[in-house]
Amino acid sequence: MAAPRVFRPAARLLSSRLASTPLRPAFTQTACAPSILRARGYASESGTKEVTVRDALNEALAEELESNQKTFILGEEVAQYNGAYKVTRGLLDRFGPKRVIDTPITEAGFCGIAVGAALAGLHPICEFMTFNFAMQAIDQIINSAAKTHYMSGGIQPCNVTFRGPNGFAAGVAAQHSQDYSAWYGSIPGLKVVSPWSSEDAKGLLKAAIRDPNPVVVLENELMYGQAFPMSEASQKSDFVLPIGKAKIERPGKDLTIVSVSRCVGQSLTAAQELKSKYGVEAEVINLRSIKPLDVETIIASLKKTGRLMVVESGYPMYGVSSEIMALSMEYGFDYLTAPAARVTGAEVPTPYALGLENMSFPQEDTIVGQAAKVLRL
Amino acid sequence: MLFRVAARQAAPLRRSAFAPLARRSVTTDAASAHAENIPQEDDKPFTVRLSDESFETYEIDPPPYTLETTKKELKQMYHDMVSIRRMEMAADRLYKEKKIRGFCHLSTGQEAVAVGIEHAINRMDKVITAYRCHGFALMRGGTVKSIIGELLGRREGIAYGKGGSMHMFAENFYGGNGIVGAQVPVGAGLAFAQQYNEQPNTSIILYGDGASNQGQVFEAFNMAKLWNLPALFGCENNKYGMGTSAARSSALTEYYKRGQYIPGLKVNGMDVLATKAAVEYGKNYAISGNGPLVFEYVTYRYGGHSMSDPGTTYRSREEIQRMRSTNDPIAGLKQKMLEWGVTSEEELKGIDKEARAYVDAEVAEAENMAVPEENSRILFEDIYVRGSEPKWMRGRTVDETFYY
Repeated sequence: MAAPRVFRPAARLLSSRLASTPLRPAFTQTACAPSILRARGYASESGTKEVTVRDALNEALAEELESNQKTFILGEEVAQYNGAYKVTRGLLDRFGPKRVIDTPITEAGFCGIAVGAALAGLHPICEFMTFNFAMQAIDQIINSAAKTHYMSGGIQPCNVTFRGPNGFAAGVAAQHSQDYSAWYGSIPGLKVVSPWSSEDAKGLLKAAIRDPNPVVVLENELMYGQAFPMSEASQKSDFVLPIGKAKIERPGKDLTIVSVSRCVGQSLTAAQELKSKYGVEAEVINLRSIKPLDVETIIASLKKTGRLMVVESGYPMYGVSSEIMALSMEYGFDYLTAPAARVTGAEVPTPYALGLENMSFPQEDTIVGQAAKVLRL
Repeated sequence: MLFRVAARQAAPLRRSAFAPLARRSVTTDAASAHAENIPQEDDKPFTVRLSDESFETYEIDPPPYTLETTKKELKQMYHDMVSIRRMEMAADRLYKEKKIRGFCHLSTGQEAVAVGIEHAINRMDKVITAYRCHGFALMRGGTVKSIIGELLGRREGIAYGKGGSMHMFAENFYGGNGIVGAQVPVGAGLAFAQQYNEQPNTSIILYGDGASNQGQVFEAFNMAKLWNLPALFGCENNKYGMGTSAARSSALTEYYKRGQYIPGLKVNGMDVLATKAAVEYGKNYAISGNGPLVFEYVTYRYGGHSMSDPGTTYRSREEIQRMRSTNDPIAGLKQKMLEWGVTSEEELKGIDKEARAYVDAEVAEAENMAVPEENSRILFEDIYVRGSEPKWMRGRTVDETFYY
């Protein structure tokens, strides 16, 4: 019995010295900790406010531009146009053209400029109109930004933030709706976050800007207009979320649903339906951070529920869900009482027609159906 | 009349499009400057007159054809070039002894560019270059032992054995970049930061004639001009991008004109004095708020593209021999210094000897450096800034996972 223990390091992982050590305070604000740990219950709390993801991002940018003179934002249409998706609305008026800079449509070029400025000690925020266009600049993100600190033996940091909408968007077909979580998530040297709610958006973007490493913030266009309640703490300018920490959005005991970005909302709806239809309690984990990945939270939940399902909108092959399922083999095999399952985007270039598009991305009934299978309901 | 105008416009285009060889009308004579009335004192300035063929200009007045210098500085330049050459020769030997792994690109023959630039700028100016970076790393404050140590993959190498030949960094030296052309927008970003911080400094951004065709080079040109960044783009034209001659890769081989809307300056990159004069002029131009310039340093690499390239399949041995024997930057400066009475044959021999002994000693020291310990702590250090690392990084197996 002793030998197999070696191959089941989950216990070690959970009890590792760092599992209980908070991130070092230099780069994270402990002030925000209570709001992460607090259970959801915004509506009843006093001081909460309904804020759209767009406004939360805008607030995060404004606060960081305000507090740190080294920070500036550049990208296509971020200034006079007020942002292609209006995330940067009003920033030009408030901070002027030195800090809010319209670039020509040259992703490799302005991304390279952002990286260079970061190497020279500034803290640029590089907006991509969407991450689909960042493929033009992915060499700068990976080879110039992510690897330089290691290649220089630690003498050359690169504090740059890349942000923009990522993944599924409605009716824009193959070239404009791809999820890059797995692409950036695979690169050592990068940190990758992907917010769902307004609190996520604000806390993670601020954390990304403050983090001394290159961080990719994968937002979602369809979330921009959605409003979420924001707690009093999260409305303050010192609110930051730790990168690398997932959030349990809905506690449960029967099934762990790990999800990220827009799929978190779909998973929560699906969990509600699972409850009303079958009376099962699904625990929904909002990853928040793609890299580093909060394996502890996932495995701790799996330990509790015994069943794991991953919901995300990337391609199925070599993706975020593949990674989480592999990790569940490595760290949580003994806790699984049923094979883990996943709901992902379909392996197809996104089609334009609505009916076909719906078939290409996770829908709530897909999630409910797959969960029912895992639970053998 | 209309026809004649059209014909006249078309003619130069046609000529350059079908020109069998790259036109290089700037002289590559490394000993073309003149000076007289040299003062006795080592640090008393005197004027050197550069050859009329040192520069060619594009939409800009040429730099002054005179250069203020001192005996001390000339000796230092000579010392620097000899050191780079000696260091590159040591790298060549170590590579052939199979002590250096992977890629290794030597700048033998191109020393005047690195040295000329360094003597024209100060420590607050920034330099970024491509993978042929050893000379620049040395000029920017790297030591011979740290550079050779890096090539040997030693713990005390300039990048602690993590970067290798192509990735060397020092203060205000941003590499050492392995992706051809990618350093150009990054370099524009350095200039952007200087402008943002209102520093009276410039960024020297180097790339080869091969890289000059990368799209992002033009993207960087566009934004640098648009925003008036203090960027001195510089194409080190050594005539070949790997084995493809300039004329076989570039529709316009006059690289200093390739900024189109950015003024350009073609410089005799074999003459350290012309290079210094040009960069000094360029720096003043850029920090006076005039925006970027595109330089073309006409130079020549004696060796192959990298160590695996003998460098003789795409060019003739005679061509290499001719450049080595008649245009060598070190021999050129030496000849001038002797001619002007800046130094004596003996003193020069002393500098030679001293520089060589210094480099050799540093190389020997590098060879004795320890390799990085093969443990996870060293393997996984510095992926992220210290204190901001994830809790762990995965090794090859779960058991090899490293916890910070």
